[in-house]
Amino acid sequence: MNRTFKLVLCALILCVAASAQSLNGAGASFPAPIYQKWFTEYSNAHKGVQINYQSLGSGAGIRQVIAGTVDFGASDGPMTDEQLAQAQAAQGKVLHIPTVLGAVVPAYNIPGVKQEIKFTPEVLAGIFLGKINSWDDPSITAANPGVRFPKKEIIVVHRADGSGTTYIFTDYLSKVSPAWNSQVGRGTSVKWPVGLAGKGNEGVAGQVRQIDGSIGYVELIYAVQNNISYGLVKNKSGNYIKATLESVTAAAAAAAANMPADYRVSITDPAGKSAYPIASFTWLLIPQQSRDANKGRVLRDFCNWMLKEGQTEVGALSYAPLPKEVIKKLKVTIVDIH
Amino acid sequence: MSTPTESDLPRLLRIDTHVATAADNAAVERAELPVVPRIVLHSSPISKWLDWVFRNLLLLCSLSVLGVMGIIFYELTSRSKLSIAKFGLHFFTGQTWDPVAGDFGALPFIYGTLLSSVVALLLAVPLAVGVAIFVTELCPRMLRGVISFTVELLAAIPSVIYGLWGIFVLVPILRLQVQPWLSKYGAWTGLFTGPAYGIGMLAAGIILAIMIVPIIASITREVLVAVPQSQREAVLALGATRWEMVRMAVLRNARAGIMGGIILGLGRAIGETMAVTMLIGNRPEIAKSLFAPGYTMASVIANEFSEATDDLYLSALVEIGLALLIVTVIVNACARLLVWSITRGSSVRSHA
Repeated sequence: MNRTFKLVLCALILCVAASAQSLNGAGASFPAPIYQKWFTEYSNAHKGVQINYQSLGSGAGIRQVIAGTVDFGASDGPMTDEQLAQAQAAQGKVLHIPTVLGAVVPAYNIPGVKQEIKFTPEVLAGIFLGKINSWDDPSITAANPGVRFPKKEIIVVHRADGSGTTYIFTDYLSKVSPAWNSQVGRGTSVKWPVGLAGKGNEGVAGQVRQIDGSIGYVELIYAVQNNISYGLVKNKSGNYIKATLESVTAAAAAAAANMPADYRVSITDPAGKSAYPIASFTWLLIPQQSRDANKGRVLRDFCNWMLKEGQTEVGALSYAPLPKEVIKKLKVTIVDIH
Repeated sequence: MSTPTESDLPRLLRIDTHVATAADNAAVERAELPVVPRIVLHSSPISKWLDWVFRNLLLLCSLSVLGVMGIIFYELTSRSKLSIAKFGLHFFTGQTWDPVAGDFGALPFIYGTLLSSVVALLLAVPLAVGVAIFVTELCPRMLRGVISFTVELLAAIPSVIYGLWGIFVLVPILRLQVQPWLSKYGAWTGLFTGPAYGIGMLAAGIILAIMIVPIIASITREVLVAVPQSQREAVLALGATRWEMVRMAVLRNARAGIMGGIILGLGRAIGETMAVTMLIGNRPEIAKSLFAPGYTMASVIANEFSEATDDLYLSALVEIGLALLIVTVIVNACARLLVWSITRGSSVRSHA
């Protein structure tokens, strides 16, 4: 009995010693599944390194990075200049490292319509502003020749909880519609002109499925994994694009040309021919100079691993990988992480 | 029951005398009671000191509740300083909630919390009290255990399950059957107008009602059981029917306790978050119709806190928490007042 106890104690001490290099991160929930997978695999491949990630939300991730309570953060939206300045004052320079791409798709439920619907930016903005409120509106039928729309009221469904998905969607609407930009704007939660709200992707998708004539927006991953049909969106070049991993990566590639040095860039409504317009990076927020040099070394090594091995397995979880151009740029940037 | 015959009299008398003796004994014991422990106390040298420690320990326990309340209030106030400074009292009367423009008002959330709770109480109280009366007064012994067990089982279901059940079962029924009927016959009240989404204030009220029925029912049952059997027998002996007995002997005696149960249920309804946010539609607007979507204070905090990045936004959300605390205190105070006025009324009547 006593012996067993001692053995257990020894094992525990060994465990603690082995995981001496343990890093803690917190932030965005959208990329949490791929992060968990990455951190587990990285830890398995590198004995003695343990990376923990808590998906508390982007807001919490940013706050904890500023407060210095985590070794790294994660966010679906870039930090504002003001937040960067706060972080700079408290923790030194914070780098934005793009990891994967997410996209938002319009999901709808129109009785009698089985085809994939095409949306122009004007129609999407009009619907979510409450200006277009019937499915047989001429602006909708004009974009969808051959589809018979019922005379049915459009019911808008949006997210109730603050989320990066909402940020990407409203960021897109703000870019394509001056009326949206002045009346509503972009944010993780906004003052919606019309509509009901569901909690999480599942809440929005559930309400869209149930209410005839409804339209909502969900993450591409959620739509793919749950076989929800979604619409095509017209991009800047005038092509109707269906969101796929390729078209989302294409959006990032189109934006890579004039990517700012700190990677804080919105890639909604990009110029590329085959780019899907409602997409975004998600970022790791990593202090350039960690207080513990060992932690800085692990973070730098992890970023290298993420850009090489990590990127090969994002597709399995339906995330869009980073385009080559961005990976190339990032390899230079992460040398500075200490 | 037949009237007692002469042969019954000795038995009745004996019981009577027996009861009287027991009461006498109790009185004697009560008179002696303080003496015995004192002797024990004085026999031990540290007993006085222990007594003092014990008393102050208990005092500390009670004060700690006040302390926790004070800390919560202080934290909420200090963390919502930004918002309090910017909006002042207008925060409680403002109707806009615009995180992008930084304009915050709590009135739609306060309204949603109160309205959904009132709807829940209106539906739950008759049901819960009815269940409790049936179980204690009318129910066959076989069924009693089953019914109380089932009712209490409702309390053990997690609220997210209630929410999912609401979305997939309750909402379609409301949208396709209940709401068309209500708007046909009840539209004149103004409470049942507008498009029938299924989701909205009514759905939230109903799910809350189901969630608070077990609390109110089980407390009411305990209170009803505690009403002395002699009261029931006395009223029955006066020739009352079953219902008159329940009304005059049971409910009248138990009403303070029943009110207590209702207050606890109300507390749960005000604070409930998950199930409500899944069903209420989450739209910060004040609408008279129960079909319209609404929003509650607990829901907006849960929904928006984790993604709120800028300081004013966070501070406004914390102030919503403060508003929730204040509303809870006010509602509880009103309920206490109600209980006090009821019990006072009954004691006056019994003396008269």
